[in-house]
Amino acid sequence: MEIDGKEILKSINLEVNKGEVHAIMGPNGSGKSTLATLLAGRDLANVVEGEITYMGKNLFEISPEERARNGIFLGFQYPIEIPGVSMVNFLKTALNEHRKYRGQDPLSASDFLKVMQEKKKLVEIDSQLTNRSVNEGFSGGEKKKNEIFQMAMLEPTLAILDETDSGLDIDALRIVANGVNKLKSSENATIVITHYQRLLDYIIPDYVHVLYDGRIVKSGGKELAIELEKKGYDWIKKEISYNGMILDKSLK
Amino acid sequence: MKNNPQDKILDEVTQGEYKYGFYTDIDIDSIPKGLNEDVIRMISRKKMEPEFMLEFRLKAYRHWLTMKMPEWAHLRIPEIDYQDIIYYAAPRQNVKPESLDDIDPELKATFDKLGIPLDEQKRLTGVAVDAVMDSISVKTTFRETLAELGIIFCSFSEAVKEHPDLVSKYMGSVVPYSDNYFAALNSAVFSDGSFCFIPKGVKCPMELSTYFRINAANTGQFERTLIVAEEDSYVSYLEGCTAPMRDENQLHAATVEIVAMQNAEVKYSTVQNWYPGDKSGKGGIYNFVTKRGICKGDHSKISWTQVETGSAITWKYPSCILRGNNSVGEFYSVAVTNNFQQADTGTKMIHIGKNTRSTIVSKGISAGKSNNSYRGLVKVLKNAENARNFSQCDSLLLGDKCGAHTFPYLEIDNKSAVVEHEATTSKIGEDQIFYCNQRGISTEDAIGLIVNGYAREVINKLPMEFAVEAQKLLQISLEGSVG
Repeated sequence: MEIDGKEILKSINLEVNKGEVHAIMGPNGSGKSTLATLLAGRDLANVVEGEITYMGKNLFEISPEERARNGIFLGFQYPIEIPGVSMVNFLKTALNEHRKYRGQDPLSASDFLKVMQEKKKLVEIDSQLTNRSVNEGFSGGEKKKNEIFQMAMLEPTLAILDETDSGLDIDALRIVANGVNKLKSSENATIVITHYQRLLDYIIPDYVHVLYDGRIVKSGGKELAIELEKKGYDWIKKEISYNGMILDKSLK
Repeated sequence: MKNNPQDKILDEVTQGEYKYGFYTDIDIDSIPKGLNEDVIRMISRKKMEPEFMLEFRLKAYRHWLTMKMPEWAHLRIPEIDYQDIIYYAAPRQNVKPESLDDIDPELKATFDKLGIPLDEQKRLTGVAVDAVMDSISVKTTFRETLAELGIIFCSFSEAVKEHPDLVSKYMGSVVPYSDNYFAALNSAVFSDGSFCFIPKGVKCPMELSTYFRINAANTGQFERTLIVAEEDSYVSYLEGCTAPMRDENQLHAATVEIVAMQNAEVKYSTVQNWYPGDKSGKGGIYNFVTKRGICKGDHSKISWTQVETGSAITWKYPSCILRGNNSVGEFYSVAVTNNFQQADTGTKMIHIGKNTRSTIVSKGISAGKSNNSYRGLVKVLKNAENARNFSQCDSLLLGDKCGAHTFPYLEIDNKSAVVEHEATTSKIGEDQIFYCNQRGISTEDAIGLIVNGYAREVINKLPMEFAVEAQKLLQISLEGSVG
């Protein structure tokens, strides 16, 4: 994948199964967020080659909204403000689009509010937030909690959480992580993108991948995250310079 | 779902086209094209008007002949041939209908189709309607109910005959016939409109509304509305309008006058949806309107709320003259232009009395190759101690071929005045659209959501039934504006 003629993602080979939690770690500029938005369907024009198959479908052939309706959810690193549009209205529109896609009747206002109350409790979100405009004037922590709340409402099959931990204090981090854990099941999968091992103390990954310079250069179990935290990304950089690009191939 | 306005909006968006573009084939009584004193006499005769009306019309006409079309607006108006317009056209009715059964079923069906049933049983209680097609009022509902409270709500033509003293006292007192080119034209040839009179101490229990429909071809519509609210009274008035789709342009030049006495409050809401022309800019209504209210008494209040989505060209500045001490003027506007539409709209707030306050909130939305201008005047006269004004003018652009312009004028002659003006221009962000997409919402629907959010402050000022209508309209008018 190229942006402005610069190759951003070069060699990614990743398989995520139901019930799994994958963590993607990597230094700044390694392509983590690009990977997340690519999965969600942005900047498709920039894809040079490759394929992404999601539940038997070629993702490059479907629009972002259809991906979403098929169960792909992106927790944004920087959630977007939409002034004047209430969270209730926004989520009700979104949820009913999902239901329509599945051939279900839309939820009535009262049923919708019931579901919302339930999910709010589940992810411990302040009831005031849903009365406000989408992300408008939310603090950093509120925005991130709001992403998890939306995830709870939409019940995705594949959730991609892009640096959901950034800008959170310890309490907010715990709430967000608890939310993610509660939503986890044998029927869905989660990709957690993060800089720090910190989040992975709360959300225990089954696999950890290290993204560096547009490639997945190392994969392993949850202990890889701990090792990274201890040794820093320089350790990976050094290792690559010894072995060239053999590492990621050895993972297959 | 069927009961949820938001969902209905989404359903209707998929249709997109101008919904009210149909034409009713009905027997029309019209006069030949052209404008001269004989035509004016003919109109007056057809309406069986008293002498004072004819004199008013002729004075206005003679004055109009000395005037030139205004050119200061940020509009490109093709030359209008005033001799090529029919100034009177009316669905033919033998007598003034006594009951619903006397109205041509075809006519009834037309208003049903527009969502304005003339049958009182079918209406939501709480809204009385005066239905105007081309040059005449077809039916005014709930007249009797309102009359019990002393409220007069009828067509302008009837008011001229039944309440000539009231009409002659107030007509032209806020917008004199010499006020401007279109007001003079209107005063000369106006056909019908509504008249509302709310007596002292009465709070009108239902919304009063007029629905204007242009039907006949080559016809201009020149309606005139007069609202008088006596001491301590209240009324909320709504106005809606549509026209068939035609390749030629049609002229609509209306005049609205409001008089609010001491402690009276008048809310005037408009959802303007005249045919805007097609995607290439062909056809559409020229909407040149003079609307003005005077807060005559102390502590009176007039507020204008408008949602403007239609018309090929809009030239319209609903204004308030704040003469009474402590009087309040408000203007809330959403103006949408798409394709080749042009709008030059705004308000004038004239502070004369002491402690007068005015609020202006204008939200322009431009798409396609359209041009959207806000033009507003805040004038504080010498003796208007402690006048306050707050103006907020926001422009939202969709795409890069449209224009948004703001022309604020401030004339302040009193040092104690506090006048604030805020203006913003923004574009709908790709980020916002992608965020909605990612939650499963299509781009078209996302734009509808975002635009409605942007305009919410104004839409919230509309009565409930109208607010839903306005939301739908906003979304539909922007259909196809983002490729």
